[in-house]
Amino acid sequence: MSLLKHCVTGGLINSFKSLPANGIAKLPIAAGVTQGQRNLQSTTISNYKAKYGGRFMVTMLPGDGIGPEMMSYVKTIFKAGGVPVDFEELNLDSTHEDIEHIEEAVIAIRRNGVALKGNIETREHSRNFRSRNVELRLRLNLFANVIHCRSQPGINTRHKNIDIVLIRQNTEGEYSCLEHENVKGVVESLKIITQSKSEQIARYAFEYARKYNRKKVTAVHKANIMKLSDGLFLNTCSEIAKEYPEIMFDNIIIDNCSMQLVSNPHKFDVLLLPNLYGNILTNIACGLVGGPGITSGRNYGIEHAVFETGTRNTGKSVAGKNVANPLAMINASADLLEFLRLDYHATVIRNSIHKVLNIEKIHTPDLGGTYNTTDVVEFIMKDVQAQTSI
Amino acid sequence: MANSMTRIVSALLNSSKGAEKLLTSRLIHSTSPVYNADVKENYIKCTLIPGDGVGPELCQAVKEVLAAMQTPVVFEEMFLSEVNPTMSVPLEQAINSIHKNKIALKGILSTPFSSLSGELQSLNMKIRRQLDLFANVVHVKSLNGIPTRHKNLDFITIREQTEGEYSALEHESVPGVIECMKIITEAKSRRIAKFAFDYATKHGRKKVTAVHKANIMKLSDGLFLKCCEETAQLYPSIKFDSMIIDNTCMQLVSHPHKFDVLVMPNLYGNIIDNLASGLVGGAGVVPGASYSSDCVIYEPGARHTFGQAVGKNIANPTAMILCATKMLWHVNLHSYARRLTDALEKVINSGKSKTRDMGGYASTTDFTRAVISNISFE
Repeated sequence: MSLLKHCVTGGLINSFKSLPANGIAKLPIAAGVTQGQRNLQSTTISNYKAKYGGRFMVTMLPGDGIGPEMMSYVKTIFKAGGVPVDFEELNLDSTHEDIEHIEEAVIAIRRNGVALKGNIETREHSRNFRSRNVELRLRLNLFANVIHCRSQPGINTRHKNIDIVLIRQNTEGEYSCLEHENVKGVVESLKIITQSKSEQIARYAFEYARKYNRKKVTAVHKANIMKLSDGLFLNTCSEIAKEYPEIMFDNIIIDNCSMQLVSNPHKFDVLLLPNLYGNILTNIACGLVGGPGITSGRNYGIEHAVFETGTRNTGKSVAGKNVANPLAMINASADLLEFLRLDYHATVIRNSIHKVLNIEKIHTPDLGGTYNTTDVVEFIMKDVQAQTSI
Repeated sequence: MANSMTRIVSALLNSSKGAEKLLTSRLIHSTSPVYNADVKENYIKCTLIPGDGVGPELCQAVKEVLAAMQTPVVFEEMFLSEVNPTMSVPLEQAINSIHKNKIALKGILSTPFSSLSGELQSLNMKIRRQLDLFANVVHVKSLNGIPTRHKNLDFITIREQTEGEYSALEHESVPGVIECMKIITEAKSRRIAKFAFDYATKHGRKKVTAVHKANIMKLSDGLFLKCCEETAQLYPSIKFDSMIIDNTCMQLVSHPHKFDVLVMPNLYGNIIDNLASGLVGGAGVVPGASYSSDCVIYEPGARHTFGQAVGKNIANPTAMILCATKMLWHVNLHSYARRLTDALEKVINSGKSKTRDMGGYASTTDFTRAVISNISFE
C-alpha cells in the first residue's frame, strides 16, 4: 500500500528519469520491490536523498513573514514525535538585490533532494528583482505543483465535502520572466507554452489520477482567445488522455471554471492547469475549504521535491502576533514525511491535525476561533508525544 | 524543554518499578521508569551482537549502564561468530534482525586467516555487503583523562567499506602468480563522497580531505579522487583538499590537528582508523559506526577482539559505551545520551578508575560501576 503511494509521491519522479528529452515515451509503471532487491534500491535512493542509517537530511528555507515561526513549530513537533529527520537551515536574505544569492539554496536542495520552504517575499519595486520563489522553481525544474483541497467537517464553510486535486504547470507560461519594453510605452510579456512541458504535466496528472483512483481530469485553458498557446496545451492534454481510457477527460475555460468552482465545486475531480490559471485557481480552491491556513502544496521536479504552504503567502501582516494558523506548514511537513516514506510519522501528525480541526476544534482566528498559534502547536506536540510515547 | 519537564514529573510520580535490578543504592530512590515498563512495544529495539574476544564483557557493561539509566531500549541479543561456528546464529538471522530494527550495537568479530570452507569473504564483509553498509565513520577525539602525545584532537575518518581491496576477488592465474582485484566504481565513490560532505555539513565541520594514492594507481584512485572533487562543488561552504596516503600517515602522527574530516577508500581507511585510534588512547576508547541508507551499526572504531584478555575483566568499555551514546543520539534519546556522555567524561577525567590500557588497575566492572554512580538524574 505504501509502495503504491510512493509511486506518485516519490516513485513517479524517479521514473521520470527514464523519459527522453522530448518526454514522449510512456512512463514505466514502478515495479514492486522485493526483499532481494533492497540493496540495489537503497543505492538508487541515496543518489538523490541524503539518507544515512534511516535518518534524513532535509533543506529548510524559512523564508519571510511567518515562515521562520512556522519552521520552529515544525521542528518542535518533529522532535516530540522522534521523527528521524534533520534540517539544514538556510536563511536567504530577501533584501539582497543580487539574484545569484539564491544559488546557495539551489545547491542545498540539489544535495539533499528535498526541502521544506516558507515563502520568500518579492519586493516588486525594483525592476531587476526577479522573484526568488520563481527562480528556485525554474532552476530546480520543479514542473508540477500539486495541491489537494479537501473539506474538513470541523470547519464551517459554504460547500461541504469538497475533494479536488489541482495540478499546475510550474515552470513556464506567464512565469517565464521574459518581459521587455521594445518601444517606449509598449511592454511585452512573453507567455511560453511548449509541447514537451505540456506533455510532461499532462502525463503527471493522468498518472496521479490512476494511482489515486481519481475518475476525471479537467484541463483548464483559454484556447478560445489564445488559440495557439492555450490551444497547444489543450491539444496535448487531449492526446495524452487517449492513453488513459479509464479516466474521463474534459476541458473548461478558465473564466467559467472560476465561476463553477465557487458555485458548484463538486463537479471537479482533478484539475490540470497551466501556470497562471493554476495560481489563481489554487487560491480559490484553498479559500473554499478554509483559507490559506490549512492547505499544503507540493512541488515536484525530476529529482527534487519542495514542500510549502498551498497558497504561498508570506503572511507578513500576522507575523509575530501569535495568531497565524500553523496547520498549512504542519500539513506540508507531513507531505514531506510521506515523500520520504516515513508513513508512520506522517500518519501520527495527520491524526493530530485531524483532532485539532474536527474534534477538539482548536481553531485560530482565520477559522473563526479564538485560539493562539501556540495553543494549536502545543496541542499537536502533546498529542504526537502521546501517540508515539517517545 | 517541556518534554524533559514532563518526564521528570512523571518520573517522580511513578513507582520505582524495576529498581531491583540496579547495581548501586543511589539509583533506587532517585529514579523510576519514565516509560511504563510493562509496555515494551514502545521501547526502541536494537540488535546486539557481542562479537568475539572481550566483546561479550563490554556489551554486558553497556547493558548494565543503560539499565541503570532506565533507557527505553531493548536489546535483541544474538551471538554471531566466525571462529566459534557451533555457537553462532545463522548469518541470515542477524541480518534480518538488523534490517528490521535499523540499529545495532556490535562487538568485533574475529576473522581467521584461513576459513574452513575456503571462502574468501569474511563474516564482517558479508554483513557489510548484505546490508550495504557502505560508510564507516570513526570519531577520533581526545579524552582529557588519558595522557597522549597530542592533546585536543577531534577529527573524523570516513571509509568506504564495500569495495576496493576488500572485493574478495583473488585467484592464482598461473601457479605462483596471484592476482587480487581492487575494485573502484564511480557510483560508490560518489556515494561515499556525498556521505562525507553530508556528514560534515550536519556536524558543522569545515574541511574534507580525500586520501588516495592516485599518483601510482592513476585510474582506480584517480576515479575516487575525481568523484570527490566533483562532489565538493556542491558544497561551497566546506573546504576540500586531497592528500596522498603515505603523507597522510606522516602528517597524522606529527601534525594531527590539521585534519577535520578524512574520506578514503577501503584499505587506507582500515589503516588510518587504527593509526588515528592509537593517537588518542588505543582501541579501547574510540567509537565507530557503519552506515547504510537504512541501517546503522555501532561498533568500536579500531577493530580488535583483544582475545588475550577474555575472562580477565580488564578490557576498557569506553569505546562500547561511547558507541551506545551515539546510538542514543541517533534514536532521539538526547537527554539519555548527554547524561551518559557526562558520566563517562567525569570518570575518565577524575582518573580514579583507570583500566590497564589507561595506565591503571581498575577492572571492567570497576569502571562500569564508576560510570553508573556518576550518572546524573537531572
